[in-house]
Formats: sequence, C-alpha cells, structure tokens
Amino acid sequence: MSAIAPSSVTDRAWVATRKGLFELRREGSRWRLGRTAFLGEPVTTVLPPDAQGRMLAALNLGHFGVKLHASDDAGATWSEVAAPAYPPQPEDATGPAWKLVLVWALERGHGDGVLWSGTLPGGLFRSADHGRSWQLVESLWRRAERLEWFGGGYDVPGVHSICPHPQRAGEVLIAVSCGGVWATPDDGVTWALRGEGLRAAYMPPELAGNPNIQDPHAVVRCPVAPEVLWCQHHNGIWRSGDDAASWQPVEAPLSSFGFAVAAHPRERDTAWFVPAQADERRVPVGAALVVNRTRDGGRSFDTLREGLPQQDCYDLVYRHGLAVAPDGEQLLMGSTTGHLWASADGGEAWHTVAPHLPPIHAVKFG
Amino acid sequence: MARIEFTPQLRRFTETPSLDAPAATLRDALEAAFERNPRLRSYVLDDQGHLRANVVVYIDGRASRDRRSLSDALRPASSVYVLQALSGG
Repeated sequence: MSAIAPSSVTDRAWVATRKGLFELRREGSRWRLGRTAFLGEPVTTVLPPDAQGRMLAALNLGHFGVKLHASDDAGATWSEVAAPAYPPQPEDATGPAWKLVLVWALERGHGDGVLWSGTLPGGLFRSADHGRSWQLVESLWRRAERLEWFGGGYDVPGVHSICPHPQRAGEVLIAVSCGGVWATPDDGVTWALRGEGLRAAYMPPELAGNPNIQDPHAVVRCPVAPEVLWCQHHNGIWRSGDDAASWQPVEAPLSSFGFAVAAHPRERDTAWFVPAQADERRVPVGAALVVNRTRDGGRSFDTLREGLPQQDCYDLVYRHGLAVAPDGEQLLMGSTTGHLWASADGGEAWHTVAPHLPPIHAVKFG
Repeated sequence: MARIEFTPQLRRFTETPSLDAPAATLRDALEAAFERNPRLRSYVLDDQGHLRANVVVYIDGRASRDRRSLSDALRPASSVYVLQALSGG
C-alpha cells in the first residue's frame, strides 16, 4: 500500500447525468463538451482516468439493473465489466434485500488497482484489480448497527462518500445516508463510527445524537490537511479538525441545508457549499442560486452570486454536483435540472457551460 | 424443445440469442441462454438469482409465477418471451 498520488488535471472533467456521460475540456477559461458515452442511459457516477487512462462509469439501467463499464483509453472506448454483486442472502437475514440498487460512489484507494465502490442498499465494495472484480466488505456489512440504517432520499441506505486518507495507507472514511460516518484504519478489516457532535433533528430527541442514524449528505476531506473534514448534513453543516473524532457545527448564510460540499485542495479552512432553502423546500433561497464559501474554517462566509441566476431559479445541486480542481481555482457545478456552471476564480464569478444537459448526478475533474 | 426469445430492448446492451432448448423449467431455459452469453444473466436476474423486479417472462401467453426459483414448468414446444415490464424501471 502507498500514499495516493493527487491528480493534477484541471482542464478535463466528467459529467455523469440521467442520460449519459459527458466529457468536458477546458481551453483557457472556456469549457466545451467533448465526447459523449452511454447517451440515453442513466450514469450514476464516474471514476476519472488514472495516469494510464483507466476509468469506470456506473450505469443504472432500471429494468436491467446496475452495470459497470471500464475504459482503458480515457473514455474513447468502453467495455462492460462485472458490477459489484451482493453474496447469497441467508434465509434469516433481516434488513434490505441483498441486491444491488445503485453504484453511488467510486474512488481510488491505497495501492495499485485498489478501488472502492459505495452502493445502495448500504454495501461498500473493494476491488484489487482496477475494477475487474469486486468483493463486498463483509466486516462492515455484517455489523449489527447496519440493520439500524435507513434510506435518505431512497428506500434503502447508501454509501455516497468515500475519503481515503491521502498519506496513511489503509485509512478510509465513508459516509452513509442514513448510517453516519465510519472509518477503517486497516483497509476495511475493522470499522468504527465517527459521528460525535452530529445531530439529527428528524429523530426522537433521545436519539438525535446517535452517530449511527445520522444523514451526512456528503463528506469531503482536505487533501493537504487530511484531519480536516467537512460534512453537509441533512440538518446543517459540520466541520471536523481531528479526522472525524468530533464534529463542530457551522452556520452558513441564507441556509445551512443543502447537499454538496467541496474542500479546497490546499487551504484547510476553505470550502464551498450550495444552499437550498430547507429539507421540505429543496429550492434556492428566494429563487436565487448562490454558493457559500468559507475561508476561515466556517467562522464566516462569502455568499457568491456573480454569473448565477438571481431570479426564477429552482435548480438544486445534488451531493456529487459540485467539484473543485486541484488548483483550487476551477470549479464546476451541475444541477438536477441540467444546468452546468463553471468558475475560474474560486467561485467569485460563474458562467454557464451548458444550460440544457440532462439532470446532473455528478461532476468530477480528472 | 422450448423456444426462448428476448426483448429487442436488450440488444443495445448485450447479445440476445434466440434459441431452442430441451428445458423442463424456466430456470433450465434461461441457463441455456446464459451459457450462450454469460453477460446476459445479470440483465435478467438479480444478485440473488431472482427475476429482476422489472423483467417479466411470458410462457405460452401467461406471465411466469415463480420469480425466485424460476420453477415454472415448460412443455416441449413452449414459447418463452423475456420482456421488460412496462411498470417501473
């Protein structure tokens, strides 16, 4: 196992949508759409190419199930590979059926060819061969606490955030809706809950602080200060400065409700959020889209509006719909109504890349 | 020999052989098709080997009943159609 080499790509990105995968290329300040793959099919997430051009895309074909496709030439050609599959379900097993519903997250782990996949109904899978085969991480799946998890936005729980420690081989943190934040120090052999301080207002008061039923909409890690993590939670924003051992609440302007968060690649106190009005009204506050950025660890925020629609806007940015490039300057943001924006100055100003894409599931640089 | 046909909707994803198989049950018939194209299995059956929730199989004009074990009996000249259900998916 080894440290994870940070990507340096800032001029290519990928947009996984309800109706296909779109490649983006940047020339100067302009992004343009490049190749399209799987047009018409729901692409739930994408793993951008490594240095050899190996990449993955996850499809949800509805009638015909969840599929995984791999490319060895950075998206020029694709071939189907085995999708993660749950093992035979024991007759006496309780909880959700042991059937793959969605591939929600794909990330690179420590070591050549090691990949992680977060899925619904709550299984984490590991591959040691660049995604050619997958094994359910049974040490997590068989935890008694898993049976207390429940769906957040879907009928069943799901793993949507996977944050390998960039320096400590084998240490990986994941987030589950709704099953809290979990970490392993040993590449998935053992697991511990890491949710001290998170609060769930949707639970009875005596359970609000239970770390196992939290709904972290998204968790991201700061690459240069890996002990710093940001959590856009169902009930607000939290920050951790001690590798998720404890979490402290953060108040953002307009609303602390939302789904997306991006952590600055080099500045430990900088992160971006896209607020929506509230759980029960998932639209921009006042029909005006903004990005909230903090540069002091959440003590204060800039509310950034330039170039974003400030009236009659009902776009929602979902949990994987905001990304920052390794330079900390280029940002991309895509909405569930298919509008894609870019910023070249850390979010100060935005411009439209494409206004009429299919609903956007995920944007990723790489 | 039972005749097995797959919905044309599947052709854009994987090869869908039409074949005649000496199958006594729906499971036998599908296994014969999966032998021709192993990739086809995950499009028709889920992780537990059950018929996918939004796939429907007609045997001689009637929807199959046993979606878990696929034990529906076939006659020697049965016609089996594997289709996408129009609900859900």
